[in-house]
Amino acid sequence: MELKSNVPAGAIETLWEQHRFNMKLVNPANKRKYKVIVVGSGLAGAAAAATMGELGYQVECYCYQDSPRRAHSIAAQGGINAAKNYRGDGDSIYRLFYDTVKGGDFRSREANVYRLAENSVKIIDQAVAQGVPFAREYGGLLDNRSFGGAQVSRTFYAKGQTGQQLLLGAYQALERQIGLGTVAMHTRHEMLELIVVDGHAKGIVVRDMVSGKVESHLGDAVVLATGGYGNVFYLSTNAKGCNVTANWRAYKKGAAFANPCYTQIHPTCIPVTGDHQSKLTLMSESLRNDGRVWAPKRKEDCGKKPGEIKEEDRDYFLERKYPSFGNLVPRDVASRNAKEVCDEGRGVGPGGRGVYLDFADAIKRLGKHKVEEKYGNLFEMYERITDENPYEVPMRIYPAVHYTMGGLWVDYNLQSTIPGLFVGGEANFSDHGANRLGASALMQGLSDGYFIIPYTIGNYLAGQSPAKRPTADHAEVKAAEAAVKARNERLLSIGGKETPTHFHRELGKIMWEYCGMARNEEGLKKAIGLIGELKKEFWSNLRVPGTGEELNQSLEMAGRVADFIELGELMCLDALERRESCGGHFREEFQTPEGEALRDDSQFCNAAAWEYKGEGVKPEKHLEPLEFEHVHLATRSYK
Amino acid sequence: MAKNLNLTLQVWRQKDAKSEGGFKSYKAEGISDDMSFLEMLDIVNEGLIKAGDEPIAFDHDCREGICGMCSMVINGRPHGPKDRTTTCQLHMRSFQDGDEIVIEPWRAKAFPVQRDLVVDRSAFDRVVAAGGFITANTGAAPDANAIPVPKEKADLAMAAAECIGCGACVAACPNASAMLFVSAKVSHLAHLPQGQAERMIRVRDMVAQMDDEEFGTCTNHGECEAACPKSVQLENIALMNRDYLKASLTYRPEVDAGGGL
Ligand SMILES: Cc1cc2nc3c(=O)[nH]c(=O)nc-3n(C[C@H](O)[C@H](O)[C@H](O)COP(=O)(O)OP(=O)(O)OC[C@H]3O[C@@H](n4cnc5c(N)ncnc54)[C@H](O)[C@@H]3O)c2cc1C
Ligand code: FES
Repeated sequence: MELKSNVPAGAIETLWEQHRFNMKLVNPANKRKYKVIVVGSGLAGAAAAATMGELGYQVECYCYQDSPRRAHSIAAQGGINAAKNYRGDGDSIYRLFYDTVKGGDFRSREANVYRLAENSVKIIDQAVAQGVPFAREYGGLLDNRSFGGAQVSRTFYAKGQTGQQLLLGAYQALERQIGLGTVAMHTRHEMLELIVVDGHAKGIVVRDMVSGKVESHLGDAVVLATGGYGNVFYLSTNAKGCNVTANWRAYKKGAAFANPCYTQIHPTCIPVTGDHQSKLTLMSESLRNDGRVWAPKRKEDCGKKPGEIKEEDRDYFLERKYPSFGNLVPRDVASRNAKEVCDEGRGVGPGGRGVYLDFADAIKRLGKHKVEEKYGNLFEMYERITDENPYEVPMRIYPAVHYTMGGLWVDYNLQSTIPGLFVGGEANFSDHGANRLGASALMQGLSDGYFIIPYTIGNYLAGQSPAKRPTADHAEVKAAEAAVKARNERLLSIGGKETPTHFHRELGKIMWEYCGMARNEEGLKKAIGLIGELKKEFWSNLRVPGTGEELNQSLEMAGRVADFIELGELMCLDALERRESCGGHFREEFQTPEGEALRDDSQFCNAAAWEYKGEGVKPEKHLEPLEFEHVHLATRSYK
Repeated sequence: MAKNLNLTLQVWRQKDAKSEGGFKSYKAEGISDDMSFLEMLDIVNEGLIKAGDEPIAFDHDCREGICGMCSMVINGRPHGPKDRTTTCQLHMRSFQDGDEIVIEPWRAKAFPVQRDLVVDRSAFDRVVAAGGFITANTGAAPDANAIPVPKEKADLAMAAAECIGCGACVAACPNASAMLFVSAKVSHLAHLPQGQAERMIRVRDMVAQMDDEEFGTCTNHGECEAACPKSVQLENIALMNRDYLKASLTYRPEVDAGGGL
């Protein structure tokens, strides 16, 4: 396997434009002969499917929910970045590019990030044209807020429901194409295998989640936009159904998996209350615009009510340590600091795993009304979950798994190492390096979906002949279907004692303990051993009731957990071999005297992409060297 | 401090769309009142699987009140007893020790049961496909600030756009009408300058599709607004009725032929 980034030569400012010009086109009359399979209907998938439908391709789109509108993009709260410079505060495409490369701790591909920043402005135009009701000022122009890792105000938002509104925009464009007959939508269909014929991705095997029927769907190219794999930790801010299955199937068919260990732990989530906990809820980063993070200076004060702790006994630790970015340091930095404070015994709330996010000053300065207008729905959500009123007592927050920067490796065209398999949105590894800045995932998903894949896929399709598309009786198709059926049968027939959730929870504990916010060699080695044992136990003691020929949520879950277990192992291996700290990957052995991440650019200025080599065989690591011509390698500083 | 509750559940069980369904009784014991309603059901399901039974199927995904997937009628009310709260956001502190809780699926002709508490809401998608959008092909948009939108208008559009498409409005309505859902989309787009060009065609096509899907008619009960977890307002229905009337009066087939697309 060779990792060819396929970044064209030229000046970064005009690279994408040049590339678009140089790419081959499919003529309009021929487009309708091509069939493209899009798995996923989140921002990336819905945008890609709708746009390719508009362009005239036949599109088949899949999601596991009962409607494409329910993809987890719907849950994004805070906002979307764009280099519009409507504030006139010195923003530009170049600055967004710079911030993103730096925020990612110099582990992303410059050319991709530049293109992302360039597309950001078009996304806002597109969304407004679709009727996305972004927040506005009294004069009728668009409003902005600030997000972490930036000193300009470039985040567009729709109350605390930015993801919802952007997804509804894309969903409505998608439904329009469905109405026009260019896109066929398959809801409640789960992709369980990728079909590769003569080295090219030509289709997928899906299970109809209502009837249980296993069927193959064939096309001329496949797009995966299946989201992130944060649920490998069991508890995360992701939706319950978020999974790695589609990506994992592709990995096992030859798509390299890049930087699996890069996971983002979000600093502001509602703390865990007990073992029954099934998911964690994010409190948007936008709250750090106005909320101040603090913990008691002294351990003895932790049991007190926050109001009883005097101003001088409070430690506003982010403001103290990072005076220029203050509460708006990037997520990895904020999370590690919160953990450190709690490790020192200064945490608050149950189990001492929490710090305060306090709005008292903001309420004084802006008035309750203004705070309510900006964050009302988040405050309400907090109160529903905790039964505490954040207008009166500070929120308690703690870091939680939120986003995965790793994913399937893709080149500049967003094509994986399997020709014809394109990957967009959180499912790919591109653009965010070792740490994603807030409000940049929505931007990336839509950039990939609206403005990149529909064009780069044309360049690929121009070299393919729809007449040669494999048919359902092809040996590879039959084999892929048989593999899915056999796997389901195996899961159903173990007849053990433990539920899929039990194994998921156990995996999560191992991952959080040893491959979470801080990692070290000993712990990672231990985790690999523990995961191996868990895998054995899973395949001998799992219980899945019912049959495969009906709606069976336990079977769905079991298949996902099986894949998560294998992914967990790869994440630990990747974390073990990346002997440096960068962004969200913090190896305790590699830190500065002040406890900040210590990169090793001499050895690790690269993306690590893993190639599957078979059951029980160590996967092979391939390296894509990263070069920084524009944003010079430097130690990140937010002080 | 967290309290523990012992509860009895009466849950609708139905194997598939073709089978007859019925209530079955289950015990839920030692339930912490910090749990969400769905976490309580998770625990019941874990117990059922271990006992060799089949777990209760229910829809859920985000578990934070935004995807619109969760959908249960709890003690006769869609999404349960707490106002403006989806099932997944409902916590057990809304219940008392010893309570009996009746759990049913959404009931409406347009939403057939697929299993237990899981229903088919694809009718909503088809209503949107019929016209619930602004035609704006990718890449052809003018600068986002080219057309200012007065803040009040933008806020009204946003309030209507907050609908999560869960279907509680239909489940709450004695006629199983979808007027609140459909009017929320009509109203969201009608409040924006970008939505004006297709305003009349949109309302006509969406209402026509709504009727085809066998949703009931609206007789102004207002149950939908009370059940809506996102407080989508009845005034949207009034706006839709006005627009629909206008659209019917100005309908000119020779101009509009195929226009809904
Ligand atoms: C709580 C929360 C808040 C966030 N807030 C922000 C924010 O303010 N700003 C920001 O920029 N980012 C935010 N993010 C991150 C951002 O929302 C996501 O990274 C992004 O929306 C992912 O989009 P996507 O299209 O890649 O995937 P998703 O939206 O997750 O969509 C995945 C799709 O794939 C489908 N799918 C998955 N597996 C299969 C399968 N096996 N078979 C068939 N279909 C499958 C699903 O049905 C779904 O349609 C937030 C994330 C969370 C969790
Ligand atoms: S599970 Fe998403 S709204 Fe309840």
